[in-house]
Amino acid sequence: MPTITLNKKYLLELIGEKVSDKTLADRIPMLGTDLKEINEKEITVEVFPNRPDMLSEEGFARALSSFLGIDLGLPVYEVKRSGLICKVEKQLKHWPYVVTAIVKGLKFNDEKIKGIIQLQEKLAVTHLRNRKKGGIGIYPLDKLEFPITFTSGKLEDIKFRPLEMDKELNGREILEQHPTGKKYSHVLGFEKEYPYFIDNKKQIMSMPPIINSHLTGRIDENTKDVFVEATGTDLNVLQQAINIICAAFADIGGEIYSMEILYKERLVSPNLRLWKMSLDAEYANKLLGLKLGAKEIKKFLQQMGMDYENGEALIPRYRVDILHPIDLVEEVAIAHGYEHFVPEIPNVSTIGEESNEEVFFRKISDILVGLGFNEVKTYCLTNENNLNKKMNFNSKFIELENSLNADYSVLRSWIIPSLIEVLSRNKHNEYPQNVFDVGRVFLEDNKEETGVKEFTRLGLVLCNNEANFTSVKQVLDALMLNLGLLYEIKEDSHESFIKGRVGRISIKGKKIAYIGEIHPSVLKNYEIETPAAALELNLTELFELIK
Amino acid sequence: MEDIIKRLHPLERQVLPLLKKTTNFKDIVKESKLEEISVLRALQWLANKKILEIKESEKEIITLDKNGEIAVKEGLPERKLLELIEKEISLDELKNKSKFDDNEFNVSLGILKKKAAVEINNKIVSLTAHGKKLKKKEFLEESFLKKLPIEFSKLKEEDKFSFEELKKRKQLVKIDIVKERVIELSELGRELVKKDLELDLIEEITKEVILKESWKKKEFREYDLTSISARIYPGKRHFVNQAIDYIKKIWLEMGFKEMEGSYVQTGFWNFDALFTAQDHPGRDLHDTLYVKNLLGKLPKDERIVNKVKSVHETGGNTGSKGWQYTWNPKEALKLLLRSHTTALSAKYIANSKELPAKFFSVSKVFRNDTLDWSHLFEFHQVEGIVIDENANFKHLLGYLKQYYKRLGYDEVKFRPAYFPYTEMSVEPIAYDKEHKEWIELGGAGIFRPEVVKPLLGKDIPVLAWGQGLERGILKYYGIKDVRELYNNDLKKLREIKMWLR
Repeated sequence: MPTITLNKKYLLELIGEKVSDKTLADRIPMLGTDLKEINEKEITVEVFPNRPDMLSEEGFARALSSFLGIDLGLPVYEVKRSGLICKVEKQLKHWPYVVTAIVKGLKFNDEKIKGIIQLQEKLAVTHLRNRKKGGIGIYPLDKLEFPITFTSGKLEDIKFRPLEMDKELNGREILEQHPTGKKYSHVLGFEKEYPYFIDNKKQIMSMPPIINSHLTGRIDENTKDVFVEATGTDLNVLQQAINIICAAFADIGGEIYSMEILYKERLVSPNLRLWKMSLDAEYANKLLGLKLGAKEIKKFLQQMGMDYENGEALIPRYRVDILHPIDLVEEVAIAHGYEHFVPEIPNVSTIGEESNEEVFFRKISDILVGLGFNEVKTYCLTNENNLNKKMNFNSKFIELENSLNADYSVLRSWIIPSLIEVLSRNKHNEYPQNVFDVGRVFLEDNKEETGVKEFTRLGLVLCNNEANFTSVKQVLDALMLNLGLLYEIKEDSHESFIKGRVGRISIKGKKIAYIGEIHPSVLKNYEIETPAAALELNLTELFELIK
Repeated sequence: MEDIIKRLHPLERQVLPLLKKTTNFKDIVKESKLEEISVLRALQWLANKKILEIKESEKEIITLDKNGEIAVKEGLPERKLLELIEKEISLDELKNKSKFDDNEFNVSLGILKKKAAVEINNKIVSLTAHGKKLKKKEFLEESFLKKLPIEFSKLKEEDKFSFEELKKRKQLVKIDIVKERVIELSELGRELVKKDLELDLIEEITKEVILKESWKKKEFREYDLTSISARIYPGKRHFVNQAIDYIKKIWLEMGFKEMEGSYVQTGFWNFDALFTAQDHPGRDLHDTLYVKNLLGKLPKDERIVNKVKSVHETGGNTGSKGWQYTWNPKEALKLLLRSHTTALSAKYIANSKELPAKFFSVSKVFRNDTLDWSHLFEFHQVEGIVIDENANFKHLLGYLKQYYKRLGYDEVKFRPAYFPYTEMSVEPIAYDKEHKEWIELGGAGIFRPEVVKPLLGKDIPVLAWGQGLERGILKYYGIKDVRELYNNDLKKLREIKMWLR
């Protein structure tokens, strides 16, 4: 979730009233943002990803002041026609859309520029998914001659002096040399054609979504009027981004002007007209367990920067989080205050029921605890070395694509290695070390929806000076006696165990377990100096047999 | 005095008289013909009763090492070399005769030179006058080796020199640290040893004692009840599993059924069914662990797939705008380790026939985090859902409040939160009385219609919550490093108290 830092003095100026730190600390979390810190100068908050409109001081102040009841209701943003035009040529399939706007009469200072840059960056990271969905550009209007054109070409042919560079580069050079170019080169790569803006004087203005030109793309304290564009893959999302930026500009005194974008069909942009969604009071009341009238709903929605008329909510265009009437219900709930809902346990009769399989697993654990075993709890993730190489074994296993932990990058295919690993880390502790774990193992199986069959297995290892085949068989015997099961044991071969001292257990004719003395070479691989005997029993299959 | 004698353990009775003769622990052991550990225990008990004091000291003893033992039998290499020199001999010939390797030869020859026993000119080694004498006399080092073992602190000046010289050489001598115990009787002890300690008391209760009623004729030996007994450990469940059982019980008692399912899931159940947009950052490789080279399948029930697809694209028939993109089935086929047990909830909603229904699970989830003191890649989530036509937001808060109360948190507050699949979304925070702080407990909410309607076929409230398990356990046990939960240190597992709730 994006964290932003707000200038407290500026924020309070925008709200237009004094608000104590205590009130801020109390109310900000209840509005639905995670407050990190308030100090003398700054407020740090984590804005939830569904509220990109709150990523600037202007947007945050707008939401907070209506929530606090200072400036209730719906801010209305007027959009005048500028008559200016953006042509669209050589539209790219992989970066097709552009939306634009003009804002005039701005009075920037350092703080405001900082705020706007923060908003632009945070929008690009969150709402535009790190520029994968789009990029935003802001330009001083007086540097441009209209109409401008959104077009495309080969990287080598796009030549201009990018921001923070003292010479002209071509597109490829920008991606290879410019810090911002390098950072975002992955978005479109080096192979594809790139979009660019060019104005009527044939000045290249920018190469979205990478960087603006130094000549036309830098705003400073003297900038009064700006041209704003957003380009990318998702028209809807781009319009939302432009709306959020325009609203923020308007809050600091800017006047918004629309432009015409010449796709096959003309698009007038931006569109800040309110939109409507119906909200049934009964629906809200049923979900919230309240009895609110239309008046109260209206008041609550006003507190959330909206309005409510004739069963319909009026919603500003920068509110991108309203997808369904349920989102309006949440707005009502937040305005009502989560602290005012009285928790209630309903009188619904249902029968509690533990999973039969889990009950069975616990019974197995109980028997082993009674036999003096310590239960350990090991990870399902491991590595090839522990799973196979150190065990002298060669089981098939499932690998992970992207684990950050190289030691935990494989799903285990059997459980004894996990236990042997535990023993290898406990050599300094008292013996006997008799341990067990009930955990999952994973095998490829294309009959499953997931392509993977999971089994819960019991693994147990006796590690002490007297540990041998007989002692582990006694444990198996005790287990089977208490489960009322008969078993058969047949000699088998398994490289992790000593030949002639390893067997396969069958119950009702189904092979279900390995049992044996761990081979000293395995112990040596794990630097264990005490004999060990082990059992691995498939509990999932055992449960199927006896249920 | 009588009292003390009466309470003496047979071992004490056996050992104490020996102290008249000797105070050296080793000697006592030899005299007693008991095991060393028994003698030590008896002495320890006697010390507890202030009858004697056990004084332990460490001594450094110089002993022969591997090559030292050979040298004592066969002579030091420099002695062997000296024996080979009659008057004069060429270096090569001497080397051949000695059969030493390069290193041993050079070291030995160096020593002889240092002792002024030989001179070397033009690759010829010649014996000096002093060398002739040395042939008949023992080297200092040789006599030193014969004296071993010897206590370091008792070395004489000349021995010290020899020791330093020998110490530099490979495995000739070594220092062993030996613990020595000397027993000193207290005044009480000195009185006691004079007495006759032979008392005819009943020691162990045997079958014979019971049948013959010997207690009628003899007294029982009385015990020292405070003496320390060796610790034993019970077999035990892992403490995290004990906590899991407790939490399961809470939900079972509130009428919830347990959910179960696989750890590996398709993107469909972990994300798409939960209305998580296909470009949501949570689906990134940074966050979620994906399975390599394998793909899953879409659910057999095509209707569910189509409904989920259309709810993403347009909102379908739910009254939602949807995400307004083209839903890509390939994303849904990716296999991953479930990042939350909410994937289970989605499946259970899709298969729920009898309503109202309440489900829970306490089981494993996975995240692609680097293992450190505050992050695990594999941990547990406590999950619950209530599918009920008449459920509302207050009920959600009610269930949560009740749950936290059972976990020991009396004061709970609720704050707005955001999750892609719930609306209202809530974050409960609870006051931790012991540490005097508010702690965040996880997430909860009512599933969005975009989640419920495609899965269940109708839009009714489904209350849902998911909380991390580990945090509460860390708090309960006062553990700071989350890795300690699963490092399976047996000492810790044996000694940690049970989950007493």
